[in-house]
Amino acid sequence: MTLDMLPLALIDGIAYASLLFLVSMGLTLIFGVMGILNVAHGSFYAFGGYAASSFVMMIAPHTESAALPLITLFLVAIAVGVLLGGIMEFLLIRRTQGYDPILKLLITFGAFLMLEDIQRLVWGAQPHSANEVVSRLGNLEIGGIYYTSYQLIVVPLTAILAYLLLQYFLRHTNLGKQTVAITHNREVAIAIGINAKKIGFVTFVIGTILGALGGAMAAPTTSLVPGAGTDMIVLSFAVVAIAGLGQITGALIAALLIGIARSISVYVAPEVEVAVPYIIMVLVLVIRPNGLFTVAQARTI
Amino acid sequence: MRLYAFSAVCAIAALLVGSTLPWTITPMIIGLTYAIAALGLSVMFRAGQVSFGHAMYACISGYTVAFIAREVPGADALLLILAGVVVSFLCSTIIGLFVVRYRGIFFGMLNLALSMVLFALLGKLYHLTGGTDGLRINRPTLAGFTFDRGEYEFWLLGVTLAVSLFLAWWIQRYFKSGSGEALSAIKTNETRLEYLGFSAHFVMWQGYLVSAAVVAFSGALLALVQGLVTPEMGNWLRSAEYVFIIILGGAAHAAGAFLGAAGFESVKLLSSAYFPGLWQFILGFTLIVVIFIAPSGFVGQILKRGRS
Repeated sequence: MTLDMLPLALIDGIAYASLLFLVSMGLTLIFGVMGILNVAHGSFYAFGGYAASSFVMMIAPHTESAALPLITLFLVAIAVGVLLGGIMEFLLIRRTQGYDPILKLLITFGAFLMLEDIQRLVWGAQPHSANEVVSRLGNLEIGGIYYTSYQLIVVPLTAILAYLLLQYFLRHTNLGKQTVAITHNREVAIAIGINAKKIGFVTFVIGTILGALGGAMAAPTTSLVPGAGTDMIVLSFAVVAIAGLGQITGALIAALLIGIARSISVYVAPEVEVAVPYIIMVLVLVIRPNGLFTVAQARTI
Repeated sequence: MRLYAFSAVCAIAALLVGSTLPWTITPMIIGLTYAIAALGLSVMFRAGQVSFGHAMYACISGYTVAFIAREVPGADALLLILAGVVVSFLCSTIIGLFVVRYRGIFFGMLNLALSMVLFALLGKLYHLTGGTDGLRINRPTLAGFTFDRGEYEFWLLGVTLAVSLFLAWWIQRYFKSGSGEALSAIKTNETRLEYLGFSAHFVMWQGYLVSAAVVAFSGALLALVQGLVTPEMGNWLRSAEYVFIIILGGAAHAAGAFLGAAGFESVKLLSSAYFPGLWQFILGFTLIVVIFIAPSGFVGQILKRGRS
């Protein structure tokens, strides 16, 4: 790799990391509050992406504006999150309380299998994309290289905004503080009168929106095919495991680490590119068995 | 004793069905390889650990078979199986050393990550592994005999049945042995196990090696019956299918893996026959229903009936 490729790799990496972070943030939030490592999160990503591309392609011919398709992405993500997350929490997730974490994971794996087939029924097997959004937003030139302003500005900005909003919600709103209380100690939180059911529902919906938003933001630059959700879920597992389960800020750093390492390896060693995130994960876990940012817990006998 | 007799009768029945209806042989062997792999995973399940990466041992074993069959054209099928298992076992001794330090979700994820590294590399290193198309395996001799296709498959079914019976017997003995009981104590209370003077890491490492070796048998047999190995053998979804089979069958007894595999294959066959395109949906639904209604699987239900 020559040095002038570095900025290109960095920008690519950051855009990719932003998507990864959006998805992982939802995954780690749900785990932190409910103790569920949600495999179906990959389907939320895929549903968000597919729905976004369908709506953008429906709206694009009727308008010349660049902002409208972009706003559609956000609205679709929120709609998908509320619908899918709400239904799934109500039908399934709230019934898994008290099960072993591994069984919870397997239940969401079952849901994931079901959603995969629904997605295939609705959107078929041909690739979907919403590239209209990128072309309308145009390009930006920095140091003689052209970047799409979508990848340079919009995607990272969305990720940062989502992160700040989530932090604000958790630290400064009443509901958010209750959520944090539940992650610290569920039983005590319930004992002092926090409605764990309501918090669980809200958390799951927020997590789903984040997953769907990751998909919706990916739709303009990638073509979605069946299996997109499967790839994303294992990648965001890697991010969450590197950061330590339930660590939101940690996930930001881990996503950047994976995103940049991966895009650099595209230039340096393309054949190992797909393996890079997992190699990082294994290395991190060998040195820090519970992830980079986890605090130690006491053993109970 | 009744169970031994029953298993032997089942095996003979399977051979008879295979000899009268040759088209059933391949699905039966593939179903059995799933059962063997699930049997291997059930060892880890006993310790309360679920691995989402054990398919990598089937994959290592399968590719070993393919590599050796390519480099040594006269190699016998039985030798190939043995070689696959040995190589896989050796890999597991090293990987096991650090994987057994982890529990719960981290154990599952670490195995998943390792299997994904293997999966990705197998798909990308085209000149060595044939990429996503995989490697072909020419039909080898079986126990010194050169068979035509039908005979080869029939005798391979025989080998698979023998291997299944042997492994089921072995795993059941292992479960009842000191190390096996110590392994299930990791699930109940690991700290107490250490207070008893056992090394939890060593017990877990033993279990990990046993489970990897058993999964390796399944990979080698699958490679031989398909005559083809692809990276898909090591995909994490394959590992998840093995986990599915254990949930369905139950891990309390070695028979669970076989019952589970039979159930898994039937659900798969029935749904692809009546609801093509929806078989994943039905599998997922079955998984959820089984976890809610019978979390201990078929075997758990049978044992409960037996006791009451």
